[in-house]
Amino acid sequence: MSVLVYAENAGGKFKKSVFEAVSYARAVADQNNTTLTAISIGDVSADELNTLGNYGAHKILNVSADNLKNFVNQAYASVIAKAAEAEQADVMVISNTFSGRGLAPRVAVKLGAGIVDGAVSLPETANNKFTVKKTAFSGKAFATVELTSANKVIALIANSYKVTENPTGAKAEVFSVESKESDFKAMLKEIIKSADKVSLPDAEIVVSAGRGLKGPENWGMIEELADLLGAATACSKPVSDAGWRPHSEHVGQTGIAVSPNLYIAIGISGAIQHLAGISSSKVIVVINKDAEAPFYKVADYGIVGDAFEIVPKLIDAVKAYKALA
Amino acid sequence: MNILVCISNVPDTTTKVTFNANNTQFNTAGVQFIINPYDEIALARAIELTDGGNGTVTVIHVGEAANEPTIRKALAIGATDAVRINAPAHDAYFVAVQIAEYVKQHQFDLILTGRESIDYNGSKVAAMLGELLDLPSVSIIKKLDVDGTQATVEREIEGGKEILTIPFPFVAGTAEGVAEPKIPNMRGIMSARTKPLAVVEPVEVKTFSEIISYETPAPRGQVKLIAADDVAKLVDLLHNEAKVI
Repeated sequence: MSVLVYAENAGGKFKKSVFEAVSYARAVADQNNTTLTAISIGDVSADELNTLGNYGAHKILNVSADNLKNFVNQAYASVIAKAAEAEQADVMVISNTFSGRGLAPRVAVKLGAGIVDGAVSLPETANNKFTVKKTAFSGKAFATVELTSANKVIALIANSYKVTENPTGAKAEVFSVESKESDFKAMLKEIIKSADKVSLPDAEIVVSAGRGLKGPENWGMIEELADLLGAATACSKPVSDAGWRPHSEHVGQTGIAVSPNLYIAIGISGAIQHLAGISSSKVIVVINKDAEAPFYKVADYGIVGDAFEIVPKLIDAVKAYKALA
Repeated sequence: MNILVCISNVPDTTTKVTFNANNTQFNTAGVQFIINPYDEIALARAIELTDGGNGTVTVIHVGEAANEPTIRKALAIGATDAVRINAPAHDAYFVAVQIAEYVKQHQFDLILTGRESIDYNGSKVAAMLGELLDLPSVSIIKKLDVDGTQATVEREIEGGKEILTIPFPFVAGTAEGVAEPKIPNMRGIMSARTKPLAVVEPVEVKTFSEIISYETPAPRGQVKLIAADDVAKLVDLLHNEAKVI
């Protein structure tokens, strides 16, 4: 038996979340004294594919066909299930990305596998039980889930496992799969990229702002601070509801849950629904003029003050730090 | 067109989450349950798409009789009729199998779920339904438009979005942007009492997952406040102490 990890590419490149998933999957393979196979689907260069070996993949499968250039949920699930069968894999690791969340459950059903999505820890295998910790209640809690099936699927949340170098020297090899025509009913028409922005779910730093900013015209300084820090921008629900920022930036219980290394909340009071979506951030900074704002109860660092005074000073301070760095 | 909307019964978003003494069960005492907010988005869009007699909206829920107020609310919002599969929702696979069995015996053009439930946060039911029914599925959509026998959907991806066309029938998980949730009016509340709510017994399912314990996140230390006139200190702490920049 072995472990299989799906390496999702974005425009032919692997993102950090893939290397996290490969590192995690290698640790799972080591726990079980077995090997790790990585599978990539789509157009990815040999050099890029071979980087998967740097993080512990013993074998790298490359599936490349014209009809598989772009992500198609049904077809990709079939390919991964076939690879799992060919490799006799009993644990499948998939990143808990937007695509992964549609893919992992289909793979699980195909393989008759139990699934843990939103996973944040390595499996525990004591007493012949296989348990994995996952987020629950939108970040207000964690649940430990036991999987009792022979095959298992784990969807790993970004930023929850450290990228670990473990070079194997593995080289990519071709894996051929015949796809069913009926797997391609969903047709991609267009991909619209956000301009030069850091993707919120995988961001290591997030700069987020709320109603304290008073209006969409004041977001320039938030974007400037985010650019300086290489961060993604986010917002609270009232802000996206008001149309100041797109829904895709809404972080919280009914928006995106994030787990960056650093979350900077500016002019957000910290309603329970917002805190739910950011509670797994490693370090939280709050800037709010209300010293009684609930956000200060969960923050690591805080500055009590008006965003319009503090943020420009913070921008200057980051510029000064960058000049020194 | 006939649309099936899958709804779950979840704790209100303001709920302070606690567990029983040995952390094996969610403590429901004093908790108000609501329609999962993402499912409300699905329901709102289904009602818009069938507006003016252009089809029906059936809501389906896997759960016990105690959850019927949630189903009645969906009927009050505007669903045509409802189905309750009479069993506790053990896990996403159990729920998906029950719904798939119902769909195999009834004709739907479109099956909608919320992108995830706000309690267990799985985005699994839409994709599992797709697989069980051999239908296309799109798990997190931000927009859904219908044109004849197919739909155009917008799917969120990291760093952008994709536009897809999909022929009916298919399954989709809806997120913010697809529609604004609707508030029931008095007429809807009155008519919900008499709308059909069928109760169907579950099929047997072998499940593979079990929640064995819960925990809440470790409490954080006290906030370290930095003077408003010493912002550079924050940058210094983030670099040297927290080591995050």
